[in-house]
Amino acid sequence: MASTETTFNLRAPAHGARVEEKLYNVRFKTDEDQSHLIVLDPQMCARCTDKPCTIFCPVNVYTWELKDQRISVGYEKCVECGACRIGCPYFNIEWRYPKGGFGVQYKNG
Amino acid sequence: MRTVSNRHHRDPRRRIALADRYDVIVVGAGLAGTAASYLLAKAGLNVICIERGDEPGTKNVMGGVLYRQPTEKVIPGWWREAPVERPIVEERLWLITPDSLVQAGFKSLRYAEEPFNAFTVLRVKFDKWFADQATAAGALVITNTVVEDVIRENGRIVGVRTGREDGDVYANVVIAADGVNSLLSKKAGLHGELPPNRVALAVKEIVNLPREKIEDRFLLNANEGATIEIFGDSTIGMLGYGFIYTNRDSLSVGVGALLSDFIRKGVNPNDLMERFKTHPMIRRLLEGGESKEYMAHLIPEGGAAAMPPVSTDGMLVVGDAAGMSNAIYREGSNLALISAKLAAQAVMEAHEQGDYSVRTLSRYNALLDESFIMKDLHLYSRTSRFFQRNSEFLELYPEMLADAAHELLSVNSVPKQDKQRKIMRRLLARRRPWKLVRDAVGALRSLT
Repeated sequence: MASTETTFNLRAPAHGARVEEKLYNVRFKTDEDQSHLIVLDPQMCARCTDKPCTIFCPVNVYTWELKDQRISVGYEKCVECGACRIGCPYFNIEWRYPKGGFGVQYKNG
Repeated sequence: MRTVSNRHHRDPRRRIALADRYDVIVVGAGLAGTAASYLLAKAGLNVICIERGDEPGTKNVMGGVLYRQPTEKVIPGWWREAPVERPIVEERLWLITPDSLVQAGFKSLRYAEEPFNAFTVLRVKFDKWFADQATAAGALVITNTVVEDVIRENGRIVGVRTGREDGDVYANVVIAADGVNSLLSKKAGLHGELPPNRVALAVKEIVNLPREKIEDRFLLNANEGATIEIFGDSTIGMLGYGFIYTNRDSLSVGVGALLSDFIRKGVNPNDLMERFKTHPMIRRLLEGGESKEYMAHLIPEGGAAAMPPVSTDGMLVVGDAAGMSNAIYREGSNLALISAKLAAQAVMEAHEQGDYSVRTLSRYNALLDESFIMKDLHLYSRTSRFFQRNSEFLELYPEMLADAAHELLSVNSVPKQDKQRKIMRRLLARRRPWKLVRDAVGALRSLT
């Protein structure tokens, strides 16, 4: 079916901007003290075969660290959509709101 | 005792002693929360609206269409004062394949004049204005404050615990307007976590473009606006769609699909966005535009069947927090506003009776049932169930339509009847006749 092919093409957008570049324009007030996203059981991530959070997160908060065999959490770029809380197949992500006034601060919305 | 002035508090470090008792606590200063705060304050109730952002609006995202009539149910004539982008005079529906486009649309001069039908808005600007109206009506809107839990006494909700020091606040009733993630209604035990096929994940960018370019590219008179919803190749077979809306001097460009589809297909939302923006049918509309903000947001899906109980002892749930959205008609902002209005009405009646038990507050359920909201959301349950079961439609039918149009419109000295036969043959090769009939009947049934 056509979808398989397009999904394959998707990995290499023609003139794609990386999300990291886009995040330069997004305003954040980072809570330096603590993450509002917590992986509850790091062992679970090693056993999770697809690690979907590393793919569907719109800002790539989650990356699999091959060497350390764990998920690293770049909470400072989280835009608080909530997808990881719902999409983690093992409900292994504790998702809170950042402290009042912290986190993403959109300029347009 | 009220120890704070009626201003938004911008400095989170400033210790603010909150009065600890109000008639109503509203959690969240989005469309629903602010509308409820405004209406209840205007009716003379003592209202506090608690927002976690640094200002009302900075956490809030939607596609960008706000409807005139439902918003007037809260503030008549709002659009004369509020920061709106452009009134929408044209709505287009696009079905795209990798190399083709089939389109339909409606444009009317009637939409270009008062009282208008809909406007594009940027939520950060709009919500700030809206919250100012609530403040002016007498509501206390405080920012920089996360509501962490409900407070219960004898089984009923009597207040909320905030992240502030000495941050317990009490009221006769709490209105949960904390959006699609609504941690509060979960803390209140109204529902568990949503499954990934009950939310859509959408990403959106604000793309700067000079206003003359916008008006030229979208065939608009000065200050008029257009919307395009784009189905088909925009979501590569996932259940969802893309959109382009015209703002004053920018475009809102977005694409979204069920979270379960992103997971199933292993698609990254930014990759999908980049693919969407560079699609041959879309690229030229955005060309030269500068991306100035990237956002992501969830949208509740599934209609009435996916909604939590919206009333309990001492609490009501409104807007996205209650799962009110109707994606196929691009409705959500209107449901938020009208549900807030109905919740406010139920609270006022409870206030008069001095009874905030679920028995009295469930008047809200009755009002919702009588209104278009539950009627539409019941219908939408059927629609979304049907399309979830047949998500291949979004790929199959645009391709078949584009194929048929291509055959019919290609002038190649073939008799028309031969072309029609060829189209039918190709159609039937992709879908058996009984399936075509079943698709048509099913789609029609799910939509009516």
